[in-house]
Amino acid sequence: MADTKSLSERRQAYWRDNIRIMAWLMAVWFIVSYGCGIFLVEPLNKISLGGYKLGFWMAQQGSIYVFVILIFVYVRLMNQLDEKHGFAEAETTPSTSSDTEPNSKEDA
Amino acid sequence: MDVKTWTYLIVGITFAAYIGIAIWSRAKSTNEFYVAGGGVSPIANGMATAADWMSAASFISMAGLIAFSGYGGSVFLMGWTGGYVLLALLLAPYLRKYGKFTVPEFIGERFYSKTARVVAVACLIIISVTYVIGQMKGVGVAFSRFLETDYNTGLFIGMGIVFFYAVLGGMKGITYTQIVQYVVLIFAYTVPAVFISLQLTGNPIPQLGLGGELADGTPLLAKLDQVVKDLGFGEYTTSSMGSKLNMFAYTLSLMIGPAGLPHVIIRFFTVPKVSDARLSAGWALVFIAILYTTAPAVAAMARLNLSETIQTGKIGSAEGNLEYEQRPEWFQNWEKTGLLGFEDKNGDNRIQYYNDQNEAFAAKAAEYGWKGNEMTQVDKDIIVLANPEIAKLPGWVIALVVAGGLAAALSTAAGLLLAISSAISHDLLKGILKPEISEKDELNASRVAMVGAIILAGYFGLNPPDFAAGTVAIAFGLAASSIFPVLMLGIFSKRMNRQGAIAGMIAGLGITLLYVFQHKGIMFIPGTSFLGSMDENWFFGITPNAFGAVGAIVNFAVAFAVSSNTEAPPEEAVELVERIRTPGD
Repeated sequence: MADTKSLSERRQAYWRDNIRIMAWLMAVWFIVSYGCGIFLVEPLNKISLGGYKLGFWMAQQGSIYVFVILIFVYVRLMNQLDEKHGFAEAETTPSTSSDTEPNSKEDA
Repeated sequence: MDVKTWTYLIVGITFAAYIGIAIWSRAKSTNEFYVAGGGVSPIANGMATAADWMSAASFISMAGLIAFSGYGGSVFLMGWTGGYVLLALLLAPYLRKYGKFTVPEFIGERFYSKTARVVAVACLIIISVTYVIGQMKGVGVAFSRFLETDYNTGLFIGMGIVFFYAVLGGMKGITYTQIVQYVVLIFAYTVPAVFISLQLTGNPIPQLGLGGELADGTPLLAKLDQVVKDLGFGEYTTSSMGSKLNMFAYTLSLMIGPAGLPHVIIRFFTVPKVSDARLSAGWALVFIAILYTTAPAVAAMARLNLSETIQTGKIGSAEGNLEYEQRPEWFQNWEKTGLLGFEDKNGDNRIQYYNDQNEAFAAKAAEYGWKGNEMTQVDKDIIVLANPEIAKLPGWVIALVVAGGLAAALSTAAGLLLAISSAISHDLLKGILKPEISEKDELNASRVAMVGAIILAGYFGLNPPDFAAGTVAIAFGLAASSIFPVLMLGIFSKRMNRQGAIAGMIAGLGITLLYVFQHKGIMFIPGTSFLGSMDENWFFGITPNAFGAVGAIVNFAVAFAVSSNTEAPPEEAVELVERIRTPGD
């Protein structure tokens, strides 16, 4: 963990990268659902995918598959980002005590 | 064995499992009661979240809605899965990092305001109670239809079961019960779908069967398009739900509303780490997607089966329609409930089911001697329940569907009850009225609050308000226009202050309520009594439902306008935002 930068600088850099990742993923989210499933459904319906029309398939099947993939991509990218900026969480055993403030310890 | 025996057997076994788990996982601390000790694994939490997310509405009503709206029904599919993406990316990891018990607690601390916390508690209780009523009603109706008891007995059994495992086990009990309930409900949903897909297309995977071919080589969807078009209905794969703008607003509202539902949000407080919260969201969507990608297949196949059952031969030929005396047993059973209705308008003792609102086709129908659509009542909510019977599947499959519907209703009800009880005991009692309360007393208070919530929900379940259909739209509108925006602003804007948040919540809430009340006439449709009376308005009252998105935008706009004209939030609030934005420090 590089401690040369201050916590607040690392936080800012982390947040910038985080926003960029989110913006890309939300763009895909928008394109597959609103784009392919609603606004472009007629042109896409001219293409067939097996017994499906593509636009109809995107609206009732495809967009959902993409959503699932999106979240797992997000998990992967964010875990890498945590590592990169030194924010990865320590492996903890789940607490069984009634510890009400699991995150109360502040970074020194 | 007959269907009734199977139903007793399967429902009995599943309920015994739920109660057994409750005893085994009894909560001992407030931490275990509210957030299951924060030690649930991501996959287990994913399953529990899926069970929370998918209520009786998803299980029982959605496929029926899609069956009768075709492509237009996609708004439900995209809305209720895409909303999950919003939750996973915009809220879940940050609220987990915050690391306390409830949604109002976060709102109160982030906006350094007890008023904000109380407003959040009020929204949360209205949203959750409305939802619980719908679920309890579903439980009552499902029992009374299939166990042949009266509605009240069915409801009392349901209340008793929820009481037992939710009050005793808290979040810990609910989580483990919900995992079992998820397994029951997904099994119950997919088994009939697999059978029907095999029957029609020879492909056991419904998602592929929907795009597959029938025995005669025509693609299933092409055949369905043809069949419904020939009877004057809109083409299945292209008939839209209003304009593109309406499809857009409707989908957006269905995404934002559920993403603001408190019982789903608190699920992310139960995993050990922020990275687990992200992963858990991924697993939850996998488990949700299994049902949501099966639903369109169920819908299309049920519509085809229904149509072919009634229109047995060539349209317009004298022998082309089913004789009323020959109608199958499921038809008779559902007629008794009043959810399926037939009236022999032209006195030929045969059933004509077509779209008499389509003028061109109605003219043609008149030439055949048809005098209007004779299926005077086809309740969309019966599709999933009647589906196995329509497809002539064995009794145990029908019983399984009943158990699945009950699992869906009970799991959501339990999650909601917990959200209500924690809002009362933790936010109102400990947070505001009596901060010095001991942990043991708080735990007892939350159990009492939960009992109160169950009794209240039961009371409304027994005496369903006429406006039940309307209140759900209000609940969705509230979640979309108050909780979701205020949480997002709390995380993504450091500048957002107390004044902005409160003004935003009240403005979003106010305009949504005003709008819904204006549409009372459209919304409060009487006589939608079976399981999905709550859903009826999602289908008819498009405008009030789609309004949640507008309410959210108003909330955002007002919040920004007010906060930029008032003083910046204090240092602690900014520090809180910085802390929740990064994991592991």
